[in-house]
Amino acid sequence: MGSPRLFPVQASTFAPDVDHLLYFLLAVAVFFSLAIFCSIFYFAIRYRRRSENELPRAVHGGMALEILWSVIPFGLTMVMFTWGASIYFNESRPPDNALDIYVVGKQWMWKLEHLGGQREINELHIPVGRAVRLTMTSEDAIHSFFVPAFRTKQDAVPGRYTTTWFTPTKAGKYHLFCAEYCGTNHSRMGGWVYVMAPRDYETWLSGGTSGGSLAENGQKLFDELACGNCHKPDGSGRCPSLTGLFGKTVQLVGGGTVKADEGYIRESILQPQAKIVSGYGPIMPTFQGLVTEEGVMQLIEYIKSLGPPPAATPTH
Amino acid sequence: MNTAAIHEREDYLNVSHGLKSWLLTKDHKRIGLLYLATITLFFFLGGLFATVIRIELLTPGGGLVSSETYNKLFTMHGVTMIFFFLIPSIPAVLGNFFLPMMIGARDLAFPRINLISWYLLVIGGLFALFAMLAGGVDTGWTFYTPYSTTYSNTWVIATALGIFVAGFSSILTGLNFIVTIHTMRAPGLTWFRMPLFVWAHYATSLIQVLGTPVLAVTIVLVLCERVFHIGIFDPALGGDPVLFQHLFWFYSHPAVYIMILPAMGVVSELVSTFSRKAIFGYRVVAFSSVAIAVLGFLVWGHHMFVSGQSVFAGMAFSFLSYFVAIPSAIKVFNWTATLYKGSISWETPMLYAFGFIGLFTIGGLTGLFVAALGIDVHVTDTYFVVAHFHYIMVGGAIMAYLGGLHYWWPKMTGRMYPEGWAKLSALVIFLGFNLTFFPQFILGYLGMPRRYHTYPEEFQVLHVLSTAGASVLAVGYAIPMIYFAWSLKYGAMAGTNPWGASGLEWKTPSPPPLHNFDTTPVVTHDAYDYSTVVGEAVEIG
Amino acid sequence: MASEAQAHAETAALRVQFDTEAQQKDASTLGMWIFLITEVMFFGGMFTAYTVYRRAYSDAFAVASSSLNVTIGAINTAVLLFSSFTMVMAVRASQLGQRRMIVLFLVLTLIFGGMFLGVKAYEWNEKFEQHHVPGPSFHMEGVAQQGHAQLFFSLYFAMTGLHAAHMVIGVGLLSWLIWMANKGKFTAEYNTPVDIAGLYWHFVDVIWIFLFPLLYLIDRHLPK
Repeated sequence: MGSPRLFPVQASTFAPDVDHLLYFLLAVAVFFSLAIFCSIFYFAIRYRRRSENELPRAVHGGMALEILWSVIPFGLTMVMFTWGASIYFNESRPPDNALDIYVVGKQWMWKLEHLGGQREINELHIPVGRAVRLTMTSEDAIHSFFVPAFRTKQDAVPGRYTTTWFTPTKAGKYHLFCAEYCGTNHSRMGGWVYVMAPRDYETWLSGGTSGGSLAENGQKLFDELACGNCHKPDGSGRCPSLTGLFGKTVQLVGGGTVKADEGYIRESILQPQAKIVSGYGPIMPTFQGLVTEEGVMQLIEYIKSLGPPPAATPTH
Repeated sequence: MNTAAIHEREDYLNVSHGLKSWLLTKDHKRIGLLYLATITLFFFLGGLFATVIRIELLTPGGGLVSSETYNKLFTMHGVTMIFFFLIPSIPAVLGNFFLPMMIGARDLAFPRINLISWYLLVIGGLFALFAMLAGGVDTGWTFYTPYSTTYSNTWVIATALGIFVAGFSSILTGLNFIVTIHTMRAPGLTWFRMPLFVWAHYATSLIQVLGTPVLAVTIVLVLCERVFHIGIFDPALGGDPVLFQHLFWFYSHPAVYIMILPAMGVVSELVSTFSRKAIFGYRVVAFSSVAIAVLGFLVWGHHMFVSGQSVFAGMAFSFLSYFVAIPSAIKVFNWTATLYKGSISWETPMLYAFGFIGLFTIGGLTGLFVAALGIDVHVTDTYFVVAHFHYIMVGGAIMAYLGGLHYWWPKMTGRMYPEGWAKLSALVIFLGFNLTFFPQFILGYLGMPRRYHTYPEEFQVLHVLSTAGASVLAVGYAIPMIYFAWSLKYGAMAGTNPWGASGLEWKTPSPPPLHNFDTTPVVTHDAYDYSTVVGEAVEIG
Repeated sequence: MASEAQAHAETAALRVQFDTEAQQKDASTLGMWIFLITEVMFFGGMFTAYTVYRRAYSDAFAVASSSLNVTIGAINTAVLLFSSFTMVMAVRASQLGQRRMIVLFLVLTLIFGGMFLGVKAYEWNEKFEQHHVPGPSFHMEGVAQQGHAQLFFSLYFAMTGLHAAHMVIGVGLLSWLIWMANKGKFTAEYNTPVDIAGLYWHFVDVIWIFLFPLLYLIDRHLPK
């Protein structure tokens, strides 16, 4: 493993940002620690009791001083907050052209699937310099996808999707850890992220198992489960058309709206009564137990692949 | 060493004898000692778990214990230390003993409820002990769902019941303190003449009373879920596992202020006495305790930045978390300012106070790191957080507790501890502590996750340093056990006021009589007035 | 300088740690209020969980709620309100030192409390027969997501169960008070236990006043 490091390698665009904030925090911390330590040390010696009946003059306080050492720390903390929040905000906004990868955590392994259908267990191969967005869930307990070299971490929660993203900047091999305690083999639920030069990545992709892409498998599943009996592409069925649905804003019964993202589609498959599209009834049965999390991900990619919205909205 | 002399005068220790007189006592002083014995036992139990953990972590592959056992060890270490040692410690031992005396009262408002509080801690502890002996629990002290409700097959229910019962011990203590401070202050003792130790315990009691019930009901829901599979936290039935985290941390964040506020109260007493000077900025320090208690209820979501909660929620909680840091910083500055032009004596309690201020400063400053969203995404659930809270809980709270024990030991027992050994163990603890926990900051930023039984080889050197520190720390904790016990029989006799301290508790004999004061004192001056304590005073500064 | 207050012999009205009877009464009353605040926080956790899921699954919750017996719930509400009235009368009687009246009104309160618990047991039994008790045999008509309806009932049983447990404790308190009152322990000078037990009883009543509309009356105002 080489000689022990004292500082993690920087391998994503986030890493230098996070580290710069760290340096600022370190500077403030060292400054105040030294200030307090040295003051105490100095005062303890300088004002050491020399005789038993010494009585120091009582000083009860000074408002000016109190204000000074409240306002200055407060100002510093507001800088820390703003800086940290801006990094966090960026971390929540993956770019539109990010490479999508699906992740399912389960006791005690990570299952990852690329759009082309390449599956990995406890390993993730990605190209350098390209934004990657992970859509994650768990099959059982809460897990957490942590890559120290990227400075990113996000919990994988059962029953919903969470997302995280990063742009790797340096080819290499980086630790992947599970960072939410999940039982016996929590400390073994990890692996490696391989960041490769783009050409090597293409080679890797084509060498992967040819079990069909996510979207292709999703279409197979869609047909097997007979979703098309209701979800007719021209909207003439009892249920909304799925063509061009992904990314659209959907009107719901009761007046609200929702963006048709991955989470919405997953929920509509597993808990269809949660959000009913306006103009339709609560007739869709749940597919909980009939579809695995991987199956849901395949269906999502299939639905994403259905073209742009039709020219006219169907009347109903 | 005239042991006969100490028994000429009747005091709370010799006024009655026998097991019943202790187990059915209503005397707050005896109840404080009952708590002292109980929590000391739990401290050593929790320390035993920590010892095995640190030995196991000497090597990356483990090998001393299985993963199942390791997971139980860190769970039980956390549960024992937090619920059965730290939360009771200062309030239940020193608070119980000295709060009434400091305000000139004969006892707390509800002595029988005080005794019940102790029994509740013991009963809760027995439940938890049963769980540990029957096979242990492996959910982590935070028992996140759905692991704790669905997937763990260990003694979750027994442990949760133990914590539930112990929670009521905490609630009743808080209730007792609030009522006592409101209704039983001696004539002339206005709020702003109270010692800061009392203010600190008032603020702590507010948290105990408002926060602990939420933990209790969360435990009830977890138990219902585990026994009846009702679905509150189970996604398959429409439940939300993250709801548990909100309910859990709503208590458990304020809980950390339950653990640190009393320690800050102790430090105020120590810094004042051993500088022979009133605390600089008394009112500001008093208000800061209450501010911490209030603000502490608004920041729980900073434990959940990567839980899947919204970005807005993350920002709100980070923002508020910086607010709660300020009152703590103000205290540190005020204590330091108190030393300026004081008359500083270096007895053991003061050494612990110095240690507290230094280590709490570091721990508190690292809190600023984890409050920063961008940093926390990287360091949450790593050893960085472990180091942060151990700096505060061990470097801070436990040092203050030891400082308080040494300070008030003469009053409680009538005996002095041996100063030389005490200073030595304070130094050993300080060094051992830093060697144990400083490397963990580095480990955490490198990416070493928490609750890991095995780890990559490149982290080993730092783990070895940490374990070495732990062995030094263990020695440091063992020494006071020995000399405190020794002092009960062979310690020098302590007078009424060996430290030249102000405060009503130093105006009664050591050990105090049963009812503390023969007549209720009348208070005519502020706290920390040394002019009446120092004979033939020579003013300096 | 020392005050006049000395250590003194202990009586029920003036325990040894207090200097005056007024101080003791203040302390006892404040103590009960603080305890009730902890109870608000305790129930509050469950109310929070309920609110979260009611918002998330409003349809299933409305259907499940409509299966509860509003008439019985309303009767129970009235019973508790009457019991709070008789409790107030008992406190009043204790302030006047009227031993017989104290016992009478406490007994009436106890009877009302017992009625409430009896009606609750009947309701729960009805739920059991309708297969609305969460568990393997749970089934709710008219709801596609059984899990959501089951969640409603889990919270229903948890919240009404917690409330019922507090009622049982209240009944125990009342029994003890009746026994003490009968022995003439409460006078115009010393009636604090009745007073603070009254506070507790009213609090348990108020919790029910919140539970009833939250659980029983979802969407009842809407036309069918």
